[in-house]
Amino acid sequence: MARSDVQLMLDVKAGDEASFDFLLQKYRSPLVNFLNRMVRDTATAEDLAQEVFLRVYRARKQYTPSAKFTTWLFRIATNLALNSVRDNRHRRMGISLDAPADGEDSAPMELPARDMRIDEHMIERDRAEIIRRAIWSLPEKQRAAVLLHKYEEMDYEEIAGVLDCSEGALKSLLFRAYESLRVQLAPLVTQPIGQVRGGGGEGRPL
Amino acid sequence: MKNCEDISKGLIAYLDDRTNPAERRDVEDHLAGCPACRTRAEEFRALWKVMEEVPAVEPSFGFDARVRQRVAAEPSRSWFGWFAPQARFALSAALLVALTVWVAKLPSSHPQMPAPAPAAVAASSDQDFDAVKDLGVLEDYDVVTNMDALSQLVPAKAPETQRSDSKQTESND
Ligand SMILES: [Zn+2]
Repeated sequence: MARSDVQLMLDVKAGDEASFDFLLQKYRSPLVNFLNRMVRDTATAEDLAQEVFLRVYRARKQYTPSAKFTTWLFRIATNLALNSVRDNRHRRMGISLDAPADGEDSAPMELPARDMRIDEHMIERDRAEIIRRAIWSLPEKQRAAVLLHKYEEMDYEEIAGVLDCSEGALKSLLFRAYESLRVQLAPLVTQPIGQVRGGGGEGRPL
Repeated sequence: MKNCEDISKGLIAYLDDRTNPAERRDVEDHLAGCPACRTRAEEFRALWKVMEEVPAVEPSFGFDARVRQRVAAEPSRSWFGWFAPQARFALSAALLVALTVWVAKLPSSHPQMPAPAPAAVAASSDQDFDAVKDLGVLEDYDVVTNMDALSQLVPAKAPETQRSDSKQTESND
């Protein structure tokens, strides 16, 4: 039978390097993807993902299975991503002092998606980029909630554990996040890619 | 009947099919009488489908090697790592005192800085990372062991951000 993540981590604690490698193989891709969508920079995302694994390794001796392994793992990742994003913003604000600081629940930054003309020639890559940008425009905590919910497919209890909030607060967070994505991505949502490709003019006019 | 605001929390759980029967009925009753929320629900479903168009990325070729390299560079793999963190800290402090005394006694003509203790060296091995630059050695351990660091970073929104009791339950994997 496959060992659970908690068992693997306990084996790492006991000095088994192979178990660490197993966890690395299992979570490298989810972590890099999550961080890439959080910080929107591939190089930074990989650096941060490596840092997550390093911290897991460093903490192995103190590890006690008090929460799901993935809750712990993604909590470290979210923590590092938020630090990185905030450091980055401070750097940017250093350059442009009048740049607006986007607070936790402020309105999303202005987005090109609403003005963007979506025609039949729009290819998948452009759509993916618009979606990525819309997700990235969400306040950080909403963004993390959406990524963990939609792409990591975590349940509410676990996401609430990662973000350190109640399940009720999480559901509100998710509702607000998806509501702004629905508005921002309205042209895509109401015009699925199949209809764009078909070119039959089935999609709702813009 | 509940209004649109009341239903908003339940709507996501309803679309995820993770409601209890009572919540489910509340949402269904509301949707039956509210075209706006019905449209919203349909568009949420469509949105989730649209979001799947974003392709996943693969870690770069050297990713694993870089992790292994950084792990291998951890000083705690040496004899020093056999000590528990508290013992390590105590030992570091003792070494620092010893080094300071030793350096002070050196017949050197110019003053020297005492050498950093091994724990400090361990903590500074990744100083190129923004994320750790503000954290001291002990705080660094707290981040990963206590999982409380996030609450300091994300401003709590009272009263909803109290920990749920269910979070305290243990679960495997
Ligand atoms: Zn309604």
